[in-house]
Amino acid sequence: MPKDSGIGASSKRREDVRFLTGAGNYTDDINIHGQAHVFFLRSDIAHGTISSVDTSAAEAMPGVVKIFTGADFEAVGGMPCGWQVTDKHGQPMQEPKHPVLAHGKVRHVGEPIAAVVADTLEQARDAAEAIDVDIAELPAVVDMKAAVANSDNKVHDDLTSNLCYDWGFVEENKAATDEAFSNAAHVTTLELVNNRLVANPMEPRVAVGDYARGTGDHTLYTTSQNPHVIRLLMGAFVLGIPEHKLRVVAPDVGGGFGTKIFHYQEEAFCTFAAKACGRPVKWTSSRSEAFMSDAHGRDHVTKIELALDGDNNFTALRTETFANMGAYLSTFAPSVPTWLHGTLMAGNYKTPLIYVNVKAVFTNTVPVDAYRGAGRPEATFQLERVIDKAARELGVDPIALRRQNFVTEFPYATPVAVEYDTGDYVATMDKLEAMADLSGFEARRKASEAKGKLRGLGVNCYIEACGIAPSNLVGQLGARAGLYESATVRVNATGGLVVMTGSHSHGQGHETAFPQVIADMIGIDESMIEVVHGDTANTPMGMGTYGSRSLAVGGSAMVRATEKIIAKAKKIAGHILEASDADIELKDGTFSVAGTDKSLAWGDVTLAAYVPHNYPLEDLEPGLEETAFYDPSNFTYPAGAYACEVEVDPDTGKVTIEAFTAVDDFGNVVNPMIVTGQVHGGLAQGIGQALLENCAYDENGQLLSASYMDYAMPRADDVPFYQVDHSCQTPCTHNPLGVKGCGEAGAIGSPPSVVNAVVDALQSAGKNVTHIDMPLSPARVWAAMQG
Amino acid sequence: MAQVSMTVNGKAASGEVEGRTLLSAFLRDTLQLTGTHIGCDTSQCGACVVHVNGEAVKACTMLAAEADGAEVATIEGQANADGSLNVIQQAFQDHHGLQCGFCTPGMVMSAAALLKENPTPTEDEVRAYLEGNICRCTGYHNIVKAIMAASGQDVSSIAAE
Repeated sequence: MPKDSGIGASSKRREDVRFLTGAGNYTDDINIHGQAHVFFLRSDIAHGTISSVDTSAAEAMPGVVKIFTGADFEAVGGMPCGWQVTDKHGQPMQEPKHPVLAHGKVRHVGEPIAAVVADTLEQARDAAEAIDVDIAELPAVVDMKAAVANSDNKVHDDLTSNLCYDWGFVEENKAATDEAFSNAAHVTTLELVNNRLVANPMEPRVAVGDYARGTGDHTLYTTSQNPHVIRLLMGAFVLGIPEHKLRVVAPDVGGGFGTKIFHYQEEAFCTFAAKACGRPVKWTSSRSEAFMSDAHGRDHVTKIELALDGDNNFTALRTETFANMGAYLSTFAPSVPTWLHGTLMAGNYKTPLIYVNVKAVFTNTVPVDAYRGAGRPEATFQLERVIDKAARELGVDPIALRRQNFVTEFPYATPVAVEYDTGDYVATMDKLEAMADLSGFEARRKASEAKGKLRGLGVNCYIEACGIAPSNLVGQLGARAGLYESATVRVNATGGLVVMTGSHSHGQGHETAFPQVIADMIGIDESMIEVVHGDTANTPMGMGTYGSRSLAVGGSAMVRATEKIIAKAKKIAGHILEASDADIELKDGTFSVAGTDKSLAWGDVTLAAYVPHNYPLEDLEPGLEETAFYDPSNFTYPAGAYACEVEVDPDTGKVTIEAFTAVDDFGNVVNPMIVTGQVHGGLAQGIGQALLENCAYDENGQLLSASYMDYAMPRADDVPFYQVDHSCQTPCTHNPLGVKGCGEAGAIGSPPSVVNAVVDALQSAGKNVTHIDMPLSPARVWAAMQG
Repeated sequence: MAQVSMTVNGKAASGEVEGRTLLSAFLRDTLQLTGTHIGCDTSQCGACVVHVNGEAVKACTMLAAEADGAEVATIEGQANADGSLNVIQQAFQDHHGLQCGFCTPGMVMSAAALLKENPTPTEDEVRAYLEGNICRCTGYHNIVKAIMAASGQDVSSIAAE
């Protein structure tokens, strides 16, 4: 029986009411009395030396308050990078300066050169057109392999080359891996591109800076997934504002998908300019600006090789990847192709030897950083594509080849430094075969053929790592931040309670799901619990929401804080009931003395905590408020098996998704409705990557896909109804909820099954097509079919 | 600057606008009706869909001055008179047809326009009609399901949420 409340219930989302009635409070809805608007003049040249920026005519334009250029930020810190990767020789990565406004050179189309603050946005935009910028254009560095081969044309003149780092993982395994390849019965090789994407949350980024002259307090309202991280990075490393004088607020945020993790120049600018101008300063990104200023995602070029023995057991895996960093290092960019990618290369398989090489490259393009999945989709795509190719080369069933090589015993230590705590890859594959009716596929293929269409089936597995931790380990790996999460649980006198969490919800439904957990723990109604998040002024220091971490890490902190609440409440109840707190039981919101009929209601105890007349004041402080910080001991490892069926129109190359089935093991599930919704959204983004989306540059570094006219976002008629299941549950062993995280799975697991399906369809028609690079547009598929 | 007057959600509204001021900006900045959202600058995303004289319109494709004298309906005026969610809004909540909520006002306004012209649309008709509304969170599954449910159709055979 489905539950109707608490853990396991599909509670309807309370936040929906405000979103459905136009009562949400997004950052662009915030206007402060007296605010001015900023318009950024951005480079339309990818690479060049700034000869001059003449603002004199613009300064005389109506409404202009002040115009800023790179020179105004010379005394200010640059944009910091939050992760330092060490290369295969033990040397730190090359880390360029990243100015708030371009100084000396421009390095990508969209880089801000000047900022015009004016009374209205229109006036700021008009004045920006009157700024005279003289840039001596240089050849653009766009192609990654050429960028590494040629150090004469450098993105950063003060670095030795365009190579950020050359990373080997695990370097000690390289010789043994190479030897396994020389002894292999079969080697399958695949070269592929993981296409550059733009996250495109529907709400563009916004920043509003405010400065209180009377107190010296700064406030930044911003579209962020992690306001505390912004406060720390911007305050400590860019502007030099101590945290107690800087408040960062991220109210309702309209989607993030990773690209709202990072600290951006516009946030620092608005905070800085609010003080410099003596007025609040607001910036709202247009969508065109978003395409050239939001950090992009993916953009890997990879060669992967899989070695098998004569019995088709995987014996070794070897990869070489070029990973695009763009022109500067975005906040967590260096970690994505390394620790979020190399560590996942074992996938669901017991391959004993793995060696991963990653060359991170600077180019004259927008910085690249984490986008939904971040490194794990890139790992999954290449691994699941090369396995499919191997199965076809060997003439074996792709599912059977996977099953034969599954990890089946847990915990399992991979050769790439992580240990899977739990999983059951056989169970998810069994469930997939049944749900997707794979035995009926041939009949469906014949039906498609009768319509003149080519039908294909693609299957793949995935594993991902969520809730990156523990902090002391990731510190050794180069993280310049902790990766814990926090929660303060404040119980009010009349029994209601507020959870103040460092996690941040931008569509994930925390306001509904988090109370379900506490309601179960205490035995009170969910409506008595309120979640507060997104404001550094009223939440404890936390790391925010990304990497499918909120329930596994933030939820665990909330559980720990609630456990402290319950322990203290039992002491209060024990005092009033004249019993030892060890004998007090809490069930359905009532405290009782074990083995007696003596009891107290939850509200009686909470009232006593704040009106402590009958209270053990000698032993216990009044009040009922507790904080916990939770630092996980390991990642969590969601895993699953996906199946995609496509039809290909042989005349046009157009691919349609006919069916998509996703079977995921997320461990325990708090709100199945929300979890399913997270998978749906991930699937659409993965299908979008596979069929539609591509962020394209020309050889001059011009961004060709800078609007929704050019960048193909998935629409409602591009995707089917999905079949989603998460009934295979192997709970995480090391967090108190046994949860694993569900936010990224769909985007990680879906691209390979789409491509596998299209290759299957084409091969079924006798076409010798072994791979097509994403997105599988009609033109690309049609061209592949022509050989 | 010019004076414009219109009826918005049944109430008279007016303000001073520049010739270039879009209806979307007038609703948000002058009338403080911030439920109408701006998600792009090429009239692709549909987050700003409102009704003008009963027709679904992207408010970023229309100048405020063009709406002078018009009847405009926005998301703020969609709930029932007692404040409860209307049938479409309720179906979106029941079927988890929204996540971050940013595209939602436009989706609800488009859905209302669809159901007015086609009271029981098929799945394909719903998907085709939503071509001008982009959602990045839901993968559309639950939006399509919610709109079909709001039309009174039995959606129990569509994969559960």
